[in-house]
Amino acid sequence: MAEYHLTTPLADADVDQLKTGDVVFISGHIYTARDAAHKRLVEALDAGDALPFDLKGALIYYVGPSPAPPGRPIGSAGPTTSYRMDTYAPRLHSLGLKGSIGKGKRNDAVKAALKEYKAVYLGATGGAGALLSQRIADARVIAYEDLGPEAIRELTVKNFPLLVINDCHGGELYVKPNLG
Amino acid sequence: MKTISASDITDAVAAMCITANHELPADVQTAFETCHAAEEAPAAKEIFRQLLENSALSRETNLPLCQDTGLGVFFVEVGEDVQVTGGSLRQAINDGMIKGYKDGYLRKSSCDPFTRKNTGDNSPAIIHFDIVPGDALKICMMAKGGGSENMSRVTMLAPAQGWKGIKDFVVNRVAEAGPNPCPPTIVGIGIGGNFELAAVNSKKALMRALDDRHPDPGIAELEDELLDAINALGIGPMGLGGRTTSLGVKIMVAPCHLASLPLAVNIQCHSARHKEVIF
Repeated sequence: MAEYHLTTPLADADVDQLKTGDVVFISGHIYTARDAAHKRLVEALDAGDALPFDLKGALIYYVGPSPAPPGRPIGSAGPTTSYRMDTYAPRLHSLGLKGSIGKGKRNDAVKAALKEYKAVYLGATGGAGALLSQRIADARVIAYEDLGPEAIRELTVKNFPLLVINDCHGGELYVKPNLG
Repeated sequence: MKTISASDITDAVAAMCITANHELPADVQTAFETCHAAEEAPAAKEIFRQLLENSALSRETNLPLCQDTGLGVFFVEVGEDVQVTGGSLRQAINDGMIKGYKDGYLRKSSCDPFTRKNTGDNSPAIIHFDIVPGDALKICMMAKGGGSENMSRVTMLAPAQGWKGIKDFVVNRVAEAGPNPCPPTIVGIGIGGNFELAAVNSKKALMRALDDRHPDPGIAELEDELLDAINALGIGPMGLGGRTTSLGVKIMVAPCHLASLPLAVNIQCHSARHKEVIF
C-alpha cells in the first residue's frame, strides 16, 4: 500500500493513481458539508444559483465541528457517517467534485459515480476529532452560517491523514462481515 | 427528607457534561490499551494507537473527544425522601446541560425533525426518571452520538424465535451496521418488557462498566456468547478488519407479554462517554 501527499485542488491524475488501502495526506483547502448543507447545495443547483465554492477538483469533508475554543481555529473535527450524503454525492461528482471524506459505507450509486467521474472516497478515523483537528490550520465559514455546526467552512489543512476506502477503479477497503 | 438545591444540581450537571466529553471512562481506556496490544492487523493496531492519542489529547486540551458531543441523555434515580429546592429537577438538569454544552465548547446537535433547525443550545435534555426508595439522587449522563444511534433497532420477535432469534437479530444488526457506528462498539440489548421498555433498557445497559459481570450467571454467559459471535464477524476497528468489532455486550432483561419477545439493540460507538453523580 502506497503513501501519497496531495494538494488540493485534485486533478484526474491525482485520483487515478490512488488504490484502496493507500494512505493519503491532504494539504490545501477542503470544504465542510453535511446533511443540511448538502440539501442547500442541491437546491442551489436546481435554482441555477452559483455554489459557494468551486466544485472542480474539490474535496468535501463530511463534518460538523464542535465550536472553536479560545486560541484554536476549530474544535474537534472528525468525520460523520457518509451514507446520509449518498443521495447528493453522484450529482456533485458529475460537476467536478473529486472526492469526499467521511466514515462508513457508500451505496452503489456513489461507487459508480467514483468510477464514472474519476473521484475517490477517503476515510478519516471516526471519533478521533481532537486528534484530526491538530491538522487543521484555519477554518472560516463561507456559506449557510445559520446552520451552525452544519455551515460550510473552508478548512486549511496540512497533511490531513486519510485512507482510500473506495478508489475510482471499483476497489473497496471495508471488510465484508464473516457471517459463517 | 434530604433537600438539594436546584442550582447545585445545575452546576453538577454542567460539570459532568464537560468531563464526560473530555475523559473516556477508565474501563474504555483500559480496553483500548488491551486491544492495541492484542490486535495483529496493522490497520487495526493503528486505529487503537490513534484513539489512545486522541484520548490523551482530549484530556489535556479544551477539545472534546469527538465533535459529535451527542444529545444529552440522563437516567435519574430520585429517592422518595429527596426534595429539590429553588426550582424543578427537570429544569435544573436541562439548565445544567445547556450550561455545560455552552461553557465547554461542545457541539449543539439537537434540531427540529422537520425543519432541521438547530435548537441552538442542545436542549431539550432527554431525561428518564425512576423513583426509588431512600434519600439519594443519582444522575447518570450519557453524551450519545447520532452515528451509532442511527444503527440501533427495536424489533418485536415471536416467542417461538427464542434465544436463536435474538442472537441472529443482534449479530445481523452489527454486521449490517459494519463500519458506520464507529467500531469497536459496545452493544446494549434490551430483552423483554414491551416496545418502549426494551429500547430504554438497551440504553440503560450501556451505562454498565465493561468489566461489570451481569449478576445472573446465565445472562452473563449469553453476553459472552454474543460478544464472541460479534467479534467473529471480523469487522474490526473502523471496519478495517481485526479482532475487535465490539468491546462488550450488555443485556438488560424484563418480563414481557405472553404474545411478545421485544428486543432492542442500542449501539454505542467506541467513544462511550458517560458519567454519574450522586447527591
